[in-house]
Amino acid sequence: MAAPVEHLVDADYTGTRVERSNREVAEIAGQHYKYGWTTDIESETLSKGLNEQVIWRISQKKNEPEWMYEWRLNAYRHWLGSTDPDWANVKYDTPDFQNIRYYSAPKKSVQRKSIEEVDPKLLETFEKLGIPLDEQKRISGVAVDAVFDSVSVATTHREILARKGIVFCPISEAIREYPELVRKYLGSVVPPNDNFYAALNSAVFSDGSFVYIPKGVRCPMDLSTYFRINAAETGQFERTLIIADEGAEVSYLEGCTAPMRDENQLHAAVVELVAHKDAVIRYSTVQNWYAGNEEGKGGIYNFVTKRGKCLGDNSRISWTQVETGSAITWKYPSCLLMGDNSVGEFYSVALTRNRQQADTGTKMLHLGRNTRSTIISKTISAGKSNNSYRGLVRIMPKAENARNYTQCDSLLMGNQCGAHTFPYIDVRNKSASVEHEASTSKISEDQMFYCQSRGIGPENAISMVVNGFCKEVFDHLPMEFAVEAAKLLSISLEGSVG
Amino acid sequence: MSTVKDKQDLKKAHYVSEWSRIPLNGDPIWLKQLRIRGAHLFRDTEFPNTRMEEWRRTNISIINNTSYRSTPASPPIALTQKAVEPFFLKNPAATELVFINGRYNKTISRLPALPEGVAAGSLRRAIQSPLARVVKTHLGSCLQARNAYTALNTAFLQDGAFVYVPKNILVETPIHIIALTIPGQEPSAAYPRVLAVLEDGSQASITTHFVSLSEHQPYLANAVEEIILGPNAQLDYCRLVEEKAQGNHLATAEVRQDQNSRFNGFMAVLDGNIVRSQVCVELAGDGAECQLNGLYLNDGHRLTDTQFSVLHSRPHGLSRITGKGILDGDSKAVFLGKVYVHPDAQKTDSRQLNQNLLLSERASVETKPQLEIYADDVKCTHGATVGAPPQEVLFYFRSRGISEAAARGMLTCGFAQELIEEAPTHAIREYLSAHVLAKYAPKEIR
Repeated sequence: MAAPVEHLVDADYTGTRVERSNREVAEIAGQHYKYGWTTDIESETLSKGLNEQVIWRISQKKNEPEWMYEWRLNAYRHWLGSTDPDWANVKYDTPDFQNIRYYSAPKKSVQRKSIEEVDPKLLETFEKLGIPLDEQKRISGVAVDAVFDSVSVATTHREILARKGIVFCPISEAIREYPELVRKYLGSVVPPNDNFYAALNSAVFSDGSFVYIPKGVRCPMDLSTYFRINAAETGQFERTLIIADEGAEVSYLEGCTAPMRDENQLHAAVVELVAHKDAVIRYSTVQNWYAGNEEGKGGIYNFVTKRGKCLGDNSRISWTQVETGSAITWKYPSCLLMGDNSVGEFYSVALTRNRQQADTGTKMLHLGRNTRSTIISKTISAGKSNNSYRGLVRIMPKAENARNYTQCDSLLMGNQCGAHTFPYIDVRNKSASVEHEASTSKISEDQMFYCQSRGIGPENAISMVVNGFCKEVFDHLPMEFAVEAAKLLSISLEGSVG
Repeated sequence: MSTVKDKQDLKKAHYVSEWSRIPLNGDPIWLKQLRIRGAHLFRDTEFPNTRMEEWRRTNISIINNTSYRSTPASPPIALTQKAVEPFFLKNPAATELVFINGRYNKTISRLPALPEGVAAGSLRRAIQSPLARVVKTHLGSCLQARNAYTALNTAFLQDGAFVYVPKNILVETPIHIIALTIPGQEPSAAYPRVLAVLEDGSQASITTHFVSLSEHQPYLANAVEEIILGPNAQLDYCRLVEEKAQGNHLATAEVRQDQNSRFNGFMAVLDGNIVRSQVCVELAGDGAECQLNGLYLNDGHRLTDTQFSVLHSRPHGLSRITGKGILDGDSKAVFLGKVYVHPDAQKTDSRQLNQNLLLSERASVETKPQLEIYADDVKCTHGATVGAPPQEVLFYFRSRGISEAAARGMLTCGFAQELIEEAPTHAIREYLSAHVLAKYAPKEIR
């Protein structure tokens, strides 16, 4: 996931890096999805299917208090009463919810106090993914929470963070240790009855990260969660809750991979962000779930609800996402701009190829005065894929002087793919200023000719043009992620020439 | 307890009983069959409601919940040409066709000579003429089941406007269709219908004008227009909706264009309670071009819904969609622009723009400029803006001694005028300019 370490310490930063990544692209040319292997590890699973018994067992396994079990049950009842959403521009067979395992955990994985106690096999798995959990060897300042199937297996740098009063731990632990915080905020942004998949997640979520940044604290390092689906026939239902108290600031990164399997696996996560007065939360995702093979067989169904609430005045929430994986993506990271002068941002690159389908975008709800939002969405479709942007900008009557700027550009590669834009702009206040721009095009022959006449091969030329197309979004990613994202795009576009 | 479905069935039963009263004498079998198909479609289609994506922000339950009677075949008052003359175009050479409740009235129409072979008049009359073949081929041909109300229009089809321009004929004077609704004592519905067929290389200019002489009675004008353009044909088309404050208007226009044909459409909604104006264009031949301009001026509690969709199904097509709205009072506007590019439609060039000016605190607008693209060698853009007149501009005016109210008025007029310039006929441009000036211009410059 994260870039190999030597990448970051390159002395000759500009020259060698381009050369190196070109070489890497060539090396990887033959291989399509490099995270497709599985770890052979003994795991403890619940039997397939979903009922109140399963929810009780999950709750028991996590040693949860009574109120949490009630909360889950309530969500489960909502789920039973709601239907699978069908408005998105994606076609798939609804997963059989009784044929999924809702809990799978590596056997020896009780949360350990030190890294030495973690199963070496697991350490090896994350090492292979490029996420060294061993703190001694780790040079870059990123604290990692690693989630393997349904449980968090390791969280690094906790002590340094604790000294500043920052809480960064698996959510299952937070439910036990900080019940008052969890109780107050869990479901306050995405209520359990929000939508079909949010209700499902609320009923069965097993782990995820919990972050609390106290008043006035600026988190000294980037926080990161790494998700790995390993077991077959399981779904991953993680829940992330990030709270930034008054004046706090945090940058959070999220990455994910899964093995190559022929059947579709379900990933239904919920992410909630709460920003109090003057707080800043930056949330970045590089989503690289297994996307299925050329014929569209297998791959992850990524049905995710992500929402941030700018609760206090002058708060700010920024979503940055690079979506390259998943067979089906259904994801709309949103911002509720409630505080006056609050700011919401959404930067997205979504790439689909083969038979991938993505319907992704954002919602910006302006409720407070002088609220501002920016949406920059870049979609690239190749092969036989379909890529849709769907975004809502709503200015409520009390949102005086609200501003929105939206730009969504699509790039088409090949004549069998589709690129679609479905913006919804709803303005109920006259002082609002809302602008929306969109364009759709292909890589122009002029650009290709220019590059090729200077000795740049077609593959590299495409890679350059695409990187330039996405630059506005990559600029908002932490550097390590930006390098990774650029590399991921070039690999994904291998063989798309012509 | 009555459920939503029961209520709907009840309303449907009402229309079916109205339908059974249509006189059948003299109609050819195919027309009866067309009506029956419409009635069946209506029976099987749900009334439009806010649960449907296309109608999410357009609540027409007030229309759904009213049992409209069919408008009387002969109007309650005898009309003279003088009574309808105010609606005529300020161009004495124009052909003026007057339709009362969807039925052609020849005596009060004005019919100057048209080039040979050109037909402009009643659909019913055309069915009995050698042109019946043309009507039979095209009537209902490009109308997909859009919604329950378009099906209802077909079910009640008895007369309508028919314009036919033969091959390579150029009609230089505008043809003006006045669709007048005169409701009875009870809430009633009229079903205006227009069929325009332009053969290869022909040219014409058509304007449909929806007006009413009703004083207080609520009514519904449920209109369907079908326009067929042959290869290289060129049509300037205007549609003006000026219903009364208690009048609702639901209209669907279907345009089918063959290769290298050009359609220049201008749709203006000036008045009416709930007005939904839908235009669906299919560029079915190579190199066809269409331009759709929409202007909606809302105030009070009015609601307008403008839906423009262009289906590019052949290569080298060009489409331009522009919508402009001015919203005042508690009014609401919905705008949908949809461009669909079929995999075969390479080299498509499409542009879309929607701009809205909000004049009051309570006005609201929802705009949805959508693109669905399945071809790679295309140039498609869309844009949308919503806002009030910018403070800097108002400041500029005030610093030159022009009051804020006057500045706002001038800016509003300018905003509309920019689009009005695009209207294809001179008479329409004049008419709209005068309307906008009277409505928004400050006293100083009136």
